[in-house]
Amino acid sequence: MSYAIPAFLPFFLAAMFAWVAPIKWRYALVLVPLINGLWLFFSPSPSPMMLDVHVFQLQLVAVDQLSLLFAYLFHIACFICLIYGLHSKDKVQLVAGLAYAGSAVGAVFAGDFITLFIFWELLALTSAFLVFARRTEAARNAGIRYLMMHILSGVALLIAAIMHYRATGSLDITYIGLDSAASYLFLFAFGIKAAFPFLHGWLADAYPEATPVGTVFLSAFTTKVAIYMLARTFPGEEVLVYIGAAMTCFPIFYAVIENDLRKVLAYSLINQLGFMVCGIGIGTALALNGAVAHAFNDVIFKGLLFMSMGAVLHRVGHVNGSDLGGLVKTMPKTALFCIVGAASISAFPLFSGFVSKSMVMAAMIEAGHEYLWLMLLFASAGVFHHAGIKIPFFAFFAHDSGLRPKEAPTNMLVAMGLASVLCILIGSFPEVLYQMLPWENTYMPYDLTHTLTQLQLLFFSALAFVWLNKMGLYPPELKSVNLDVEYLYRKVLPAMGNKCQAAGDVITQNILHAATSVLNLIPKMNRDADASAATLTLRMAIGFVLLALVALVTELM
Amino acid sequence: MNNNNHSEPSSPAPANASDVADSSDAANTKREVTFFDQPRNVALILKTFYALCIILVLLDFFVHRHIYVYFETIPAFYALYGFVACVVLVVLAKIMRKGLMRDEHYYDARIDEQDTPTLNDSPQATATKEAQS
Repeated sequence: MSYAIPAFLPFFLAAMFAWVAPIKWRYALVLVPLINGLWLFFSPSPSPMMLDVHVFQLQLVAVDQLSLLFAYLFHIACFICLIYGLHSKDKVQLVAGLAYAGSAVGAVFAGDFITLFIFWELLALTSAFLVFARRTEAARNAGIRYLMMHILSGVALLIAAIMHYRATGSLDITYIGLDSAASYLFLFAFGIKAAFPFLHGWLADAYPEATPVGTVFLSAFTTKVAIYMLARTFPGEEVLVYIGAAMTCFPIFYAVIENDLRKVLAYSLINQLGFMVCGIGIGTALALNGAVAHAFNDVIFKGLLFMSMGAVLHRVGHVNGSDLGGLVKTMPKTALFCIVGAASISAFPLFSGFVSKSMVMAAMIEAGHEYLWLMLLFASAGVFHHAGIKIPFFAFFAHDSGLRPKEAPTNMLVAMGLASVLCILIGSFPEVLYQMLPWENTYMPYDLTHTLTQLQLLFFSALAFVWLNKMGLYPPELKSVNLDVEYLYRKVLPAMGNKCQAAGDVITQNILHAATSVLNLIPKMNRDADASAATLTLRMAIGFVLLALVALVTELM
Repeated sequence: MNNNNHSEPSSPAPANASDVADSSDAANTKREVTFFDQPRNVALILKTFYALCIILVLLDFFVHRHIYVYFETIPAFYALYGFVACVVLVVLAKIMRKGLMRDEHYYDARIDEQDTPTLNDSPQATATKEAQS
């Protein structure tokens, strides 16, 4: 049966249905991404779809191997997320989650920038509700800040699209390349969503504030749509290699000293995005395949890690490393799944990160960026350090915090189990993923050199962790926040705004003061009865004389 | 409320082999001294780990690695790099803390979030939590 509807439609219909139907129907809604995804997978490639709007022809659905791969990924992610959220009777999260996944699917199938813009904004709007749904003061504020950044990205995209259209007469999403003002604006718009350095504040700010389910949704879609767009429009753009390398390195420092374990994961998400951006920047078939494959794996293993921390948050009420520890006693299954996720993100052989991250690394060497390759290697070791060891160790092992929460709800365990199976499946049988990759692929991840070197790197990173802990050099988990770029718009900008307002107030006061004193200079008639009428007459007379003077002066000039 | 069990086995726990096996795979039974609580087991894990590290370095001298970059000609390059990278990472991060660390409530008061964790999922706490979610 051929696939003849826009792929995003079932998600939006499901979201609308979830809005009006009783919440108990959520069990049925899990089937929406499953059935839609299977239908999409097994039918011959769906036909493109056009929509005529006035003089424009919008390409609602444009399909190729790249968009299909991301669509499959988003279906899997949505399916797992929905299972993970089944315990919750919160309608907001369900509706927002479904609409969010639908927007992501719509965005990867969009064939022109106007269609993309619509889904781009929908992504921002729907995902913000996953942050609001936490229903705390901090989450509300973080959600507003998140929305502002993403609306900014959307506006930049729209302006760039208009400029691009005026320059080229086409709105098709194809290779752009950095050469015009419009292209820089495109890069800025995609860069916000892809959490480029200095534009990444929203990610580390909002993701840890969302609900346990919300963060899993959030980690899957927004940034990966941005990666998809970068792979389409800026493959082989040299500057992306440097941006990507910076993205792999700076977040790991924050991740080491951060206390909120979901924030640690948010930073490590930026780090993983860095590998993808590097791959896109190199732009060879191997590198692009690596970037896309890594995006695919990252959604699953990062989702898995966020799920395990979400389970802890759900049971304990917080995920502060300083107050956790020893949870393995009562949450052994969650701990096990967390370790699978940790092994995958650290690229242990037989786990999914190993087969995709190495493609980017290999492409980096082929492209001759040896020092950047060293940076990526540093980041790989660092990932293992903070996401691979720190997360499971401080949550589930370390010192006993005395917490004895119950094991995670069954639906969460099922979702984590599914993700774990996928991590190990892709890691052990990479052909499953490789055969779906859009470009020609001959990479073999499992050879002796690669396996041995990777094991050496990881084991000695772990050894460093053990050694630092034994020496007491390891920074303890402290209740704290660390200043990041968000400091600029959470402290500096508001402070400057307040100062400007205060200065403005002073100026207004002075002007008013001066005006009243000038007004007071105007003579008044001090009669008892019709004083105001007399004053008015006098002032009119003065005004008339002034006007006459002005007229005289202008006449003379 | 806290069924605190810092009752670490200060005296060597009389754990025979079967006991250890039991507690390791059924950790959320009432048994308080679990697999990871016993210093003996932790030491065993660490020893295995050290042995693996040594084997990996030794392998480096027997296995012919493909060399793509000239750094890789250094013996046990990856092991050294992994170790040094992590130490540098942690040391730099600690220095970063001096400049960047602020109080937990620096940005948000967070008065509407529970600050002190409820230490146990008592039936009532679970019930209210389920009801909330």
